[in-house]
Amino acid sequence: MTASPALPLPALAIRGLQKRYGPVQAVAGIDLTVARGECFGLLGPNGAGKTTTIEICEGLTEADAGEVSILGLTHREHAAEIRERIGISLQETQLTEKLTVEETIALFHSFYRRRRPIAEVIAAVQLGEKRTARVGQLSGGQKQRLALACALVGDPDLFFLDEPTTGLDPQSRRQLWDLITGFKAEGRTIVITTHYMDEAEHLCDRVAIVDHGKVIALGTPRQLIAMLGSEHVVEFALDGLLVDESELIGLPGVTGVSRSDHRYQLDVTHVHRTIPALLAHLKARQSVIAELTTHTATLEDVFVHLTGRHLRDG
Amino acid sequence: MADARPRGEDTPRTWREYPIVQLTLARYREFYREPEAMFWTFVFPLLMAAGLGVAFRSRPPEVIPIALVQELAGTSAAATALSKERQLDLRTVSDSTGRRLLRTGKVALLVVPTDSQAVEFRFDNTRPEAVTARRIVDDALQRGRGRTDPVAVGEDIVTDRGSRYIDFLVPGLLGMNLMSSSMWGIGFSVVDQRRKRLLKRFVATPMSRPQYLASFVLARLSLLVIEVAFLVGMGALVFDVPVRGSLLALGVVSLLGTLAFGGLGLLVAARPKTVEAASGMMNFSMLPMWVLSGVFFSSSNFPDAIQPFIQALPLTALNDALRANMLEGAGFLQLAGELGIMAAWLLATFPIALKIFRWQ
Repeated sequence: MTASPALPLPALAIRGLQKRYGPVQAVAGIDLTVARGECFGLLGPNGAGKTTTIEICEGLTEADAGEVSILGLTHREHAAEIRERIGISLQETQLTEKLTVEETIALFHSFYRRRRPIAEVIAAVQLGEKRTARVGQLSGGQKQRLALACALVGDPDLFFLDEPTTGLDPQSRRQLWDLITGFKAEGRTIVITTHYMDEAEHLCDRVAIVDHGKVIALGTPRQLIAMLGSEHVVEFALDGLLVDESELIGLPGVTGVSRSDHRYQLDVTHVHRTIPALLAHLKARQSVIAELTTHTATLEDVFVHLTGRHLRDG
Repeated sequence: MADARPRGEDTPRTWREYPIVQLTLARYREFYREPEAMFWTFVFPLLMAAGLGVAFRSRPPEVIPIALVQELAGTSAAATALSKERQLDLRTVSDSTGRRLLRTGKVALLVVPTDSQAVEFRFDNTRPEAVTARRIVDDALQRGRGRTDPVAVGEDIVTDRGSRYIDFLVPGLLGMNLMSSSMWGIGFSVVDQRRKRLLKRFVATPMSRPQYLASFVLARLSLLVIEVAFLVGMGALVFDVPVRGSLLALGVVSLLGTLAFGGLGLLVAARPKTVEAASGMMNFSMLPMWVLSGVFFSSSNFPDAIQPFIQALPLTALNDALRANMLEGAGFLQLAGELGIMAAWLLATFPIALKIFRWQ
């Protein structure tokens, strides 16, 4: 089953994937290829189809149409072999609270043919001090690290991590990022879903932005941001009288405009050229600025640019 | 991008690293770290046996309170005759006090001498002890006036260990306890793990599904030893309930009973997504057995028409086998029928449970 190094099969190849739940087309034709050793992000708002896609890849959900090949294997023919070689963390699993950290890892450890030593895994996820603590006594971040340990203990080639940092405090998220970066350094492939843009930018080699069950943009974080045609974003809000977007696109340095209600977002190449012109324009139109901020463009801005919505709006 | 990671050899296992061992250990830990589960399994049946044992204890025939009205002649002769009866608690009262005592149930019978040759019994003939009192008082008065009985009657009172109500009750409670702890113990944890999406997490690993289900039944077996030893031991120690059959046969009976209920518990827990739904199905499947399978009273009280159904129930088989072993010392040969019924329940339920099991 080992692929020849001369012809590395992709870690994950998805072709024409579709899945419908009643009236909802959760996945509407997704194609993706993830190379070995890559950290790949599926980015999108809640309900975009990320979890459905990843659960089809994990063999937990059956697709209506399309092909999924994992490490060159398919669930139809090699389900057992795939389960030996992937490590997953689901969005809402609650591990048994009555067991200790070590007992929980030992349980998952026993399921795999090829296993990493339990002590090594506990050290890797930095739960050494909590080794004998009950799962019920762990913090959210510690529980997530334990979930990763349960995936790591089978020495997987490919991780599927479904929103591993949702609901965690910033420090716990950082710790988890370091862990995932470590997995990647060991040559493991990682497919991660998130609705945190900074997470995708920090961790992922490539990102697919998913919306309404489709991939609407694909590339490295840098490439996606470059799609904006500008590296900066100017956001402002107006009090009272609004101006039309078409007036703003003509301002110097502006490459894109989006507006939701009284809030505007400009994609901008040179902030120092745009801002004076913008202020002058608004003054002439007698509009009052309630708020003005600028930042370097992020994947969030890409999402807004592509869909006109913020990620959190769903 | 790194190349494919080379796949190494399978890691060798120690005995503790086999999934069935780890799964069973997990089940076992989940149980003994839950204090409530310990209470229901061990303390509850003992309290129940104690309560019922006290209520239905064997006791000397009760003493019945009666009253004699002392206003008229002939009272003293009657009083002498009645005071000799050990089953009667006699007091002599005025007519009005007597009527009040009878009305409030303080005495079962009021004896009212009407003249020197006649008495009247005043009593409620729907009260069993009043009827008994009437018979005893009548006999005592007639003998006191010189009646002789034509047939000589001797009495030999029997209270054998093994024939008392408590002897019937303890094996029944043991059987019921094995049923409840197997079904609830398995049903609740399965459904709870389904609700917490833990089952979903497990099926994404190479874990063997039959082994996962088997671990619940196996964990029950290790608890079974403690459970049976505890209840039979307390029964013998506290209530002097006999264990006349071989302990090996007792062990095999309990084991097969637990396996049968383990299979049934898995079947009931195979589909429900919530603990509430599972509880309803648990009670629904256990209720007929509580009533019909001879826990508190013999199942032979039910009509012949439904006896085949009753005899096919796993709890009937378990209770009958436990009683035959403990009270009559029955060996494997005599228990073959009951053991067969329990084995059939396991073989029927486990594969169906595995087949229809909802993993997500």
